[in-house]
Amino acid sequence: MQDIGKEYFGNRVLSAINLQLKPGEIHGIVGENGAGKSTLMNILFGMSVIHSTGGYEGKIRVSGKEAQIKSPLDAMNLGIGMVHQEFMLIPGYTITENIKLNREITKPNLASRIVGKRYDTLDVVAMRRDARKALDKLDMSIDEWATIAGLPVGYMQFVEIARELDKTNLKVLVFDEPTAVLTESEADNLLDAMRVISNHGIAILFITHRLHEIMTVCENITVLRDGKMVAQRKKDETNIYELAELMVGSRVGEVMRKPREDVTDEKPILTIRNLSVEMPGEEVSNVSLDIHKGEIIGIGGLAGQGKIGVANGIMGLFPAEGEVVFDGKQIELNNPTNAMMNSLAFVSEDRRGVGLLLDSSIENNIAFTAIQRQGKYLKKFGPFTQLDKAAVRQTADRMIKELDIRCTGPTQITRRLSGGNQQKVCIARALMLEPKLLFVSEPTRGIDVGAKKLVLQTLVELSEKYGLTVVMTSSELAELRSVCDRIAIVTEGKIAGILKPTDTDVDFGLMMAGEKHDNA
Amino acid sequence: MITPDVRRFGAVKDTLKSFGLPRIIIVVFLVLLWAISMFLEIPFPQLLSDTLVRWGMNGVLVLAMMPSILAGTGLYFGLPIGIICGLLGGVIAIELNLVGITAFFAAIAFSIPFAFVLGWVYGFMLNRIKGSEMTVATYVGFSIVSLMCIFWSMAPFKSPAMAWPIGRGLRVTISLADRYEKVLNNFLSFNIFGIMIPTGLILFLLLMCLIVVLFFNTKTGIALKAGGENPRFAQSSGINVDTMRIVGTIFSTVLGAIGILVYSQSFGFIQLYTAPLFMGFLAAAAILIGGASIKKATILHVLLGTFLFQGLLVVALPVANKVATLGSLAEISRIIVSNGVILYALAQHSGD
Amino acid sequence: MKQTDIQTMDPIPSPAHEKRITPDKVKRFLINNLVTILFVILCAVGLRLSGLSMAFYLNDIVSRFARNSFLVLALIIPVMAGMGLNFAIVLGAMAGQGAIIFVTHWGIAGMNGILLSVLICTPIAILLGWMTGRLLNRARGKEMITSLILGFFANGVYQLIFLIMVGSPLIPMKNEVLVLSSGVGLRSTIDLSGGLRYAIDDVIRTPFPQFVMYLSLIGALYLVSVIIRMRSGKVMVQQYSKKRLITLFLLLLAAMIWGLVTSLSVSMINSVRVPAFTMIIIAVLCLFNIFIVKTKLGQDFRTVGQDQHIAEVSGINVSRTRVLAIVMSTLLAAWGQIIFLQNLGAFSTYGSHEQVGMFASAAILIGGASVSKATVGHAILGTILFHTLFIVSPLAGRNLFGDAQLGEYFRSFVAYGVIGVALGLHAWKKLMQAKNQKKV
Repeated sequence: MQDIGKEYFGNRVLSAINLQLKPGEIHGIVGENGAGKSTLMNILFGMSVIHSTGGYEGKIRVSGKEAQIKSPLDAMNLGIGMVHQEFMLIPGYTITENIKLNREITKPNLASRIVGKRYDTLDVVAMRRDARKALDKLDMSIDEWATIAGLPVGYMQFVEIARELDKTNLKVLVFDEPTAVLTESEADNLLDAMRVISNHGIAILFITHRLHEIMTVCENITVLRDGKMVAQRKKDETNIYELAELMVGSRVGEVMRKPREDVTDEKPILTIRNLSVEMPGEEVSNVSLDIHKGEIIGIGGLAGQGKIGVANGIMGLFPAEGEVVFDGKQIELNNPTNAMMNSLAFVSEDRRGVGLLLDSSIENNIAFTAIQRQGKYLKKFGPFTQLDKAAVRQTADRMIKELDIRCTGPTQITRRLSGGNQQKVCIARALMLEPKLLFVSEPTRGIDVGAKKLVLQTLVELSEKYGLTVVMTSSELAELRSVCDRIAIVTEGKIAGILKPTDTDVDFGLMMAGEKHDNA
Repeated sequence: MITPDVRRFGAVKDTLKSFGLPRIIIVVFLVLLWAISMFLEIPFPQLLSDTLVRWGMNGVLVLAMMPSILAGTGLYFGLPIGIICGLLGGVIAIELNLVGITAFFAAIAFSIPFAFVLGWVYGFMLNRIKGSEMTVATYVGFSIVSLMCIFWSMAPFKSPAMAWPIGRGLRVTISLADRYEKVLNNFLSFNIFGIMIPTGLILFLLLMCLIVVLFFNTKTGIALKAGGENPRFAQSSGINVDTMRIVGTIFSTVLGAIGILVYSQSFGFIQLYTAPLFMGFLAAAAILIGGASIKKATILHVLLGTFLFQGLLVVALPVANKVATLGSLAEISRIIVSNGVILYALAQHSGD
Repeated sequence: MKQTDIQTMDPIPSPAHEKRITPDKVKRFLINNLVTILFVILCAVGLRLSGLSMAFYLNDIVSRFARNSFLVLALIIPVMAGMGLNFAIVLGAMAGQGAIIFVTHWGIAGMNGILLSVLICTPIAILLGWMTGRLLNRARGKEMITSLILGFFANGVYQLIFLIMVGSPLIPMKNEVLVLSSGVGLRSTIDLSGGLRYAIDDVIRTPFPQFVMYLSLIGALYLVSVIIRMRSGKVMVQQYSKKRLITLFLLLLAAMIWGLVTSLSVSMINSVRVPAFTMIIIAVLCLFNIFIVKTKLGQDFRTVGQDQHIAEVSGINVSRTRVLAIVMSTLLAAWGQIIFLQNLGAFSTYGSHEQVGMFASAAILIGGASVSKATVGHAILGTILFHTLFIVSPLAGRNLFGDAQLGEYFRSFVAYGVIGVALGLHAWKKLMQAKNQKKV
């Protein structure tokens, strides 16, 4: 792959990536979220999300010949296979049917000779034979006619791999975060399988954030950061500390705010003990954390490790268990109302999905939760209520000015606003509840660079002006380090540790990768 | 940052899109037919009078679509259920031998408890089948109409105005001539330029619209709308979306009950048995013509849509009769137009 | 870790090697087949209450089965392809009906007339099916309600054509028998006697017991061939358990003997004549459906039905496959309507096609099919049960309440109710399974 680049509507996610792969080589790709790993693989595999948004830059050469990959079918024909992070398996089908999906072996019959190839009979016996061969290659003894539904996750993954192996022209196999869902022993099996596959001459691209796995199986390693290739190393030339450091990188970002050293002196205002949250993709298994009054604390970590689940769980958006005490009162979990009644507020990471009524006006969005939970902005007529539109308008005007929301007016529909301004509307809505603690998830996601700073500035001002305690969850480490007093890192659903913004990149990198640090 | 130009263009595009292709076609078609009718010397004031009457008559039934749409349960194809509640109320009022405006309001009063209960049960069921509300609603509606046919046939009512002279059961059509026929229509009605304005009817329709508007400005109403627009948003603000959906269904059912009584008093007959079967589709078509979609509806859509749809039906018949003696053209065009409009709405990729 | 939603609409699966009959297994069987079981009970009760003799009943049910099952079978392929119940088979039926009307107008009778009708309606049905498929692709996720409304819409267009346009300069037709006295529009009933009536049925008519005998003979022979192939290893053993095969064989043997004995006796049942040629055509369609499942095309249908996204990523042209499913269904419905009308003889010009979609759907659901799984067995069983109810309701109503009309209402109530309940149960099951998935 040469000089690969990609832009999404003016947002550059990948630039000048160069990668070379030899037959039988195992090549690792590491990077944080948003570094561009998935985008790179989507390009290689011809996913429609690339082509419907303008295609890619650069050239891809397979076996010396230049290739145009415009669809997964093209990629497959060139011998590129992919084991996706989200399994492409049909649960209602058997293993054989999944392995042979759209590549079924057929025999012609009377009808197909007249009408067309699509009417060929399926040769189930031959298909089962092939499936058996592929499974045996991976040392799996399971019945090839078993249904996928109900199989343990590790097995399903191996079926995914078997499907790719069955493709006779396979030259390159891409593994996208394969061990994320596996137990340790299953992960070891996988790494062994990878060695076997590469011994057959098939090259492997292994994407992961687990540095020790990379060091175990890979020969060469590429580190991506912010869409650029920051390093390429041979395994013998590096170690996990260097990789961690390269992954995180010291970004010379503006330090917006000097972190306070004295936050932990006061007693904690929010104590979280043994919190576990069932949020699909961001499970929290056991988090305990103390948060102090008036601080800005960051919750960081890689995607899927659980950092987003913490706030969502406490605010009742997803099923949760554990003990949470705020300002002396026990917070009932699985109950958004309770959390809000206790002066907690939340700005969700899913701005468009959960945070806004996109087809409603700015003022209606801002006032909404306050209306429902605190009865504000309502005129009462006995048992009936009526919206006090004047009061809503007044408040909206005030918030637009205070937060500098760029719009045509309080009646404008939020769908029409830019990301940054939408975010401000969400913050305004949360502020209307007059909370004592504000959870903010991914405050600057999807916002252009200029607006990012404004949103962060707003949060800082709120903390300083109103004494608001802010808990900021973000995948952008740099912004956490520029604004927070302390940063907690969540890895594999638990708190891996709490760092200061001034701690080294290596510290952060290792903690996020889940590695044990020598000087922990 | 969105520049002013982009924003303005976006707004214009929004308006055109929200006006909708079918609405434009219908408006054009209607105006065309009006022009043709005048050319064919069909008395226009008469057309307009009929249109106004049918507008008022059908308006509340179309209004019944709104709560269901806003709550996120789609087009209220379960309208037959609300209608049946209204019919039950009407029949009880006749059995008690009430007359005049008292009878009308009594009928409404009797039907409301039924509407509450059935609406609640129905809403409960809809919550169990999220995503398939419209399909299941259609068949449940048909099924209940058939069940009620059995009931009407065996009903213990004795009033000679309704029952078969021999044997049990109620007649198919029951006349309201001596009771409350056109009681709303004639209230304060007046003539202007030869056009008869059924003031009472229109006032009642507007009153119902006002009640709906007021409701959606209450705390519950606002919560209901949010639940329909973005359930996850509503849930994160502590709203029980399922409860809101049931409230919406009950409201739609009640409006359906009131609607059929308004319709019947204007029509002059109460129609039992299989009459309610397809009324849901006609009401749905009307609100869609008014510009609503499966997810969004306003009072304007209700009023405008009913007017356009009924206007079309009123003018089509005499025009068709003059052009060629095609009696059933009105019925056929009603089928084609109403279902065509619903099809257009369904094909809008509005996603499930 | 997010996984593709598990949407196994198939009956709650039982662990692989459970052979004994446990109370748990019985409970699962009951839940999975609730609707069918209810219906069997309903039919049995109804038969009793109606007071019909076996011969009468058989005569009626044979006739109804012969004319309706083809239409019900036409629903199978779209269900396989994940498009739910294709209520729009009405469009196919209209194509077939229109062809018959014109052939009758031109006075062509017998098998020639039938063949001509088939020839005419085929391209029309294909076109209509293609348009329907395109529309349903635009309304993904809402296929069933869309096909339902499309049926109503098409009915309006049909009336426009045959009531308003026929006889007018647009579609000139001078025919005193068919056209209304005003010269425009078809009469409300059309009689095919002397023309196309029984054109297919009359080809061969066999007494019922003989028919049963021959059928079981064929079945037994087929079973034997399966056993032989099993022995020689060509067919997978696990698909057919030995016990089941032997029970099946014994049943067929019993049926054969019954057929032989009855045909030699003086029983009234001998007077029930089965239109064997029609049955052969229906059997061919059954075999066709079974054949399709075993082909690449059938596998594509199933894959698209299971998960459109995965199918697309694997390289299947999902849109085109779905359209093809609907085209096939519509075409089969057109031919099915021809079979239907030639048996009915005299039909309502504006009414006979109206309920085709709903009746066929109700029938297949009663037979145990669901929105995501339908087999030939469901279609056949469902047709028998549904039409038994049809036969039985008015009589039962009369005997029970003194009013046949009540029986009719009851029948509508049940038919619509069945569809509503079946659809509702299916949707509810789907939601429950999605919720359980999250917990796993």
